[in-house]
Amino acid sequence: MSHQLFLLLVNATLDTLYMVAVAGAIGTALGLPLGVWLATSGRGELLAAPLFNRIGGVLVNATRSTPFIILVVAIIPFTRLVAGTSIGTSAAIVPLTVAAVPFIARIVETAIREVDRGLVEAAEAMGATPYQIIAKVLVPEALPGILLGLTLAIVSLIGYSAMVGAVGGGGLGDLGIRYGYQRFMPEVMAIVVLLLIVLVQGIQSLGEQLARRVNKRLRTA
Amino acid sequence: MIQLDQVSKHYPPPKRGGAGVTALDEVSLTIEAGEIYGIIGRSGAGKSTLIRVVNQLEKPTSGRVLVDGVEISSLSGSALRRERRGIGMIFQHFNLLSSRSVFDNVALPLELAGVSKAKIKARVEPLLELVGLSDKRDRYPAELSGGQKQRVGIARALATEPKVLLCDEATSALDPETTRDVLRLIAEINRKLGLTVVLITHEMHVIKEICHKVAVLEAGRVIEQGAVFEVFTRPQHPTTRSFIGMVTGIDLPPVLANQLRADPQPGGEAVLLIRFIGDSADQPILSRLARHHGIDANILSGRIDHIHGQPFGTLVVAIPGGETLSTALAFFETHKLSVEVLGHVAPALLATG
Ligand SMILES: Nc1ncnc2c1ncn2[C@@H]1O[C@H](COP(=O)(O)OP(=O)(O)OP(=O)(O)O)[C@@H](O)[C@H]1O
Ligand SMILES: [Mg+2]
Repeated sequence: MSHQLFLLLVNATLDTLYMVAVAGAIGTALGLPLGVWLATSGRGELLAAPLFNRIGGVLVNATRSTPFIILVVAIIPFTRLVAGTSIGTSAAIVPLTVAAVPFIARIVETAIREVDRGLVEAAEAMGATPYQIIAKVLVPEALPGILLGLTLAIVSLIGYSAMVGAVGGGGLGDLGIRYGYQRFMPEVMAIVVLLLIVLVQGIQSLGEQLARRVNKRLRTA
Repeated sequence: MIQLDQVSKHYPPPKRGGAGVTALDEVSLTIEAGEIYGIIGRSGAGKSTLIRVVNQLEKPTSGRVLVDGVEISSLSGSALRRERRGIGMIFQHFNLLSSRSVFDNVALPLELAGVSKAKIKARVEPLLELVGLSDKRDRYPAELSGGQKQRVGIARALATEPKVLLCDEATSALDPETTRDVLRLIAEINRKLGLTVVLITHEMHVIKEICHKVAVLEAGRVIEQGAVFEVFTRPQHPTTRSFIGMVTGIDLPPVLANQLRADPQPGGEAVLLIRFIGDSADQPILSRLARHHGIDANILSGRIDHIHGQPFGTLVVAIPGGETLSTALAFFETHKLSVEVLGHVAPALLATG
């Protein structure tokens, strides 16, 4: 393998990690509270606001049902507004984040809705405020599910990040297409696929391990 | 301590039609401080709804609820939350946080109340001692048995030093042995801390075990209430009778039931319920009692059934009180018979046989 090709691979890997990490972090920072809110603002729930809950749900669904590559193109004006440009690795983070937020929100919502109603009731009987119930009961009890969901979201982001080559986003997927396919260098394609597999595997097992550590529901035999 | 004044709770009919439900129908009850008050009723009678209006997990449709002089049914927001800290609650399915250790579960209500770490430690440790779980403090609920989980639930309910403990079918998920242990613990706490306990169950033996007073609920109405002994010996309502029948397996003759007193009567007799199971049903126990101790038992009623081919009998007898009673009880004990003193009657009553 030439020195030049090696550098290309390293840079592409770093680009992918950079995009996924930043989009994942911002996506979590926004998606987590959004998901908690979606799970607690329905009719008769802790922070009941049924109308807004419905509107939020529709927006989340709209974003989630738009194919990612169309989303990338559709929000170019917004991307330019946020990143100053619509081209390049940093710019690619914008659509990745926009896709990540509703995805993570739904995952968090689902995990929180699985928490036993009886626990909320017990906390209410103790005189807990709605915010205390969220912080001390709902989120800690849903944490194993949330961590597994976040793992899934990050793995999906790695997949999405391969598509942002369309707007000059760079990264492993982009390298694979440009060199492996367009310049017909099958060995580059093979290495790219291998690297992606390793990356996804690593993230998946890390996530599962974390989830297992915080899950006290199983007997530690 | 707790007063319900014409409390009703209606659940509206579901959107798709159908009928609404009246879970509580003008219920009035007074529960005195320091009492263990049992509430019994069939499934759907409104027991859970009744106990949940006490801490306002359920808002009554009409009527007032007072706890320790405060009209809790008129409170909301932070005032209601403050009152709730004075009312502990335990649940059928324990409702412990799986993500928290035993210690942290018990600490939760204190954390919620903003108590400092040091004070939490000073409060939680004696509580774990009280419920006998000091050695499990760092375990998680998944690592505990049902009885241990309910002990954690009890410790947690006591953390904020409440005046009232609400128990919604707290032993229904436990086996008979563990049920007895948990009930003993509740009775002990009631005695030691002077806590007022409201206890819901659909099992009469739970009431008999520890309650001072009992209310029988049916279709959202209190159909009978009073001291446990009174209700047991003089049930007025058929539903109550069927609940009692489940426990004693007998219907006392009404004449006798009406004369039964909780305390020994001077010169009177004690009325005993003797249960025979299996082999002991075949032994001539009463004639032995007469022969060996010279005690004559007056048979008032009796019945022998067979369950899976095993004889199973109950016998109600009257025996002179005082010394004689103690001798007789010791005699039954050595013969491993289950005997229960149902009450006492004055001398004149049984003289005619
Ligand atoms: N949230 C609710 N919405 C509509 N109906 C309800 C609701 N909660 C209870 N009910 C109805 O109110 C009645 C009383 O219910 P409750 O839970 O108090 O009964 P219970 O005596 O505790 O029964 P169980 O022994 O089965 O626990 C039942 O008919 C029940 O279906
Ligand atoms: Mg119930």
